[in-house]
Amino acid sequence: MVLSTLATSYLEPARRMNANGWAIVLVFLPPALLLFTVFVALPMTEAAWYSFYNWNGYGRPERFIGLTNYRYLIGNATFLRALVNNGLVIAVSLVVELPLALAAAMMVAGRIAGAAAFRMIFFLPYVLADVGAGLIWRYMFDGDYGLVATIKGALGLQPYYLLADKDWAFTAILIVIVWKYFGFYMMLFVAGLQGIDKSLLEAAEIDGASPWQRFRYIVLPQLGPMIRLSIFFSVVGSLQLFDIVVPLTGGGPFDTTHTMVSFLYYFGITRMRVGFGSAVGVVLFFICVTFAIGYQRIFMRDD
Amino acid sequence: MKFRHLAFAAACVAGLSVPALAETNVTILHVNEVAPARDLWNKIAADYNASHPGVKVQFKYLENEAFKAKLPTMLQSDDRPDMFYSWAGGVMQAQDKAGLLKDISADVADVESTMSQTAVNAFKVEGKVVGVPFEMGEVAFYYNKKLFAQAGVKAEDIKGWDDFLGAVKKLKAAGITPIVVGAGEKWPMHFYYAYLVVRIGGDGALADAKANKNGGFKNAVFVEAGKRLHELAALEPFQAGYLQTTHAQSAGVFGDGKAAMDLMGPWLLGMQAPNSASGKGLAAEDIGILSFPTVPDGKGKATDTMGGVNGFLVSKSAPKEAVDFLKFFSQKKYAEEAGATSAYIPVVKGAEAAIKDPLQKRLADDLAASTYHQNYLDQDLGPSVGRVINDMSVAVAAGEKTPEAAAAAIQEAAEQQ
Repeated sequence: MVLSTLATSYLEPARRMNANGWAIVLVFLPPALLLFTVFVALPMTEAAWYSFYNWNGYGRPERFIGLTNYRYLIGNATFLRALVNNGLVIAVSLVVELPLALAAAMMVAGRIAGAAAFRMIFFLPYVLADVGAGLIWRYMFDGDYGLVATIKGALGLQPYYLLADKDWAFTAILIVIVWKYFGFYMMLFVAGLQGIDKSLLEAAEIDGASPWQRFRYIVLPQLGPMIRLSIFFSVVGSLQLFDIVVPLTGGGPFDTTHTMVSFLYYFGITRMRVGFGSAVGVVLFFICVTFAIGYQRIFMRDD
Repeated sequence: MKFRHLAFAAACVAGLSVPALAETNVTILHVNEVAPARDLWNKIAADYNASHPGVKVQFKYLENEAFKAKLPTMLQSDDRPDMFYSWAGGVMQAQDKAGLLKDISADVADVESTMSQTAVNAFKVEGKVVGVPFEMGEVAFYYNKKLFAQAGVKAEDIKGWDDFLGAVKKLKAAGITPIVVGAGEKWPMHFYYAYLVVRIGGDGALADAKANKNGGFKNAVFVEAGKRLHELAALEPFQAGYLQTTHAQSAGVFGDGKAAMDLMGPWLLGMQAPNSASGKGLAAEDIGILSFPTVPDGKGKATDTMGGVNGFLVSKSAPKEAVDFLKFFSQKKYAEEAGATSAYIPVVKGAEAAIKDPLQKRLADDLAASTYHQNYLDQDLGPSVGRVINDMSVAVAAGEKTPEAAAAAIQEAAEQQ
């Protein structure tokens, strides 16, 4: 009986909480709050603090330099290139990867023969560890011994070193990203497609709607929440891209294939400039938070 | 009932493991990939463990890049190795400044007197000894005698920079790849830049740059070194796709006889066979050594050398058995064995006499007669400026950056650190 009183007091936010309500809050909140504080809030605050120092990672930070790290960051051509690269990944994810995933989902969502097998095949690249995928593709793209080289050799063409090409090396990374992640979004869309009410589609067919009209006016709107969610995951994941860059190009020929996180690792950590790396981390945090909050408020309001 | 049995079994296991826990463990972390060196070190550890019951010395290997990336975190955790491989230079100084190294000046004074002074001094920070060297190396051109003969190039005639460029042109004309370089990892390319700085600027060049004299790293020495490197690269002497070749791949290319020259340290001799496609590599008689050429109007001497001094540093928390093992390790008999098996060139005086391999002997003689020994620039200048030097060497060679812009970038990194 007490529980039902408490339950109703939670479902009606307009009511003020009684003492029992507060007791429950005090019991259940601390563990989650502790985890969040220790693993999220504390590191972020510490990173912000470190970013004001010139620190090599050993001992305690001692040389306070204020906003100088941020000044270096804005003037750093490699970081600006990394921002552009991150933008490219987001653009390719939204324009190539998600439509590809949707097309694949449309093909394998039904109960046709072999649909389950194809779903598994398309999903397999996602299961692979990022570093493993990077190493495999590095071998494939190798100018002398890779798969691409063998094909070119068979056709009698000169070897082409994609990963050493300043302008096209990032395309290699984009190819690997699309290959790796489209399966995941395809599975999300399959789930979404299977949840669409069949009677809607049948009614439209009876009314004489073409397949394209059925897709545009019924399937897409019904998939709306799933698509918006996929875009969200896709953008946030693109901002955090790191694992594929390191084995494939290591930042690439002349630092042209860095992303923000790989820039943080190579220019902050391996060069023992942890304060500078922390500044990159703080910038990345603000970009991600701005996107996450803005996107949820504007596009996912009604989901 | 069941719980009591379990508890009893657990107590027995704990009791049996107590003697094992009383043993002192000494871990030594290193990056050495040369097989004779690793065999020798494991043997030394086994000898020590046998003669010192209650102590267990263990060598642990970590790959080069992983070692450099992991070490700062490891040294500040409980996982820290008691001793670890070091290239001395700026990184060692940063580690000492953070209070992570032990001052072993008093403990190893007797051992240090048996070693080459250049090597010993490399491991001193502000006068105190923090590590003991075991190896000194010289970077030189290793060349394939057969390919040289094929192109009509005589190694003895290559003394100056213009002779060298002429040889490169002759090799190219004969259809042979003149030089192989693992520029994918960047540090092999910085060997060229570092040697040019030494040949052009002489022994004071680096000290002046560090002290910010004459514009620091933007001074004429560094700019000219960049110009010379660009001059060489403009002849297109490197193997195809050199910007993505790793160091191991480049050793294999040399071992397969696909390129005439490789500017590298002595470990190439141990790496060229295992990394080659055939697995056999070049025979020792087919490999020759050529010193880096002098540059016209350069202040440096032909007898100046560039290369590494390697040793082990001792962690602050290391037990006294670690320092004791270091002294055991530094005995002349083991240094002689290192020389005899071509593991590395030892720094213990007199041990070079045991070197059998004529190539290693030539390097040891060069080092003994060296008028100035410059440590690898990417180690000497510390992790931040060092990496910029590596990046700039590749950028200048590939024509991505002008020599002036490269020198300015190095100066900027030095100012920002």
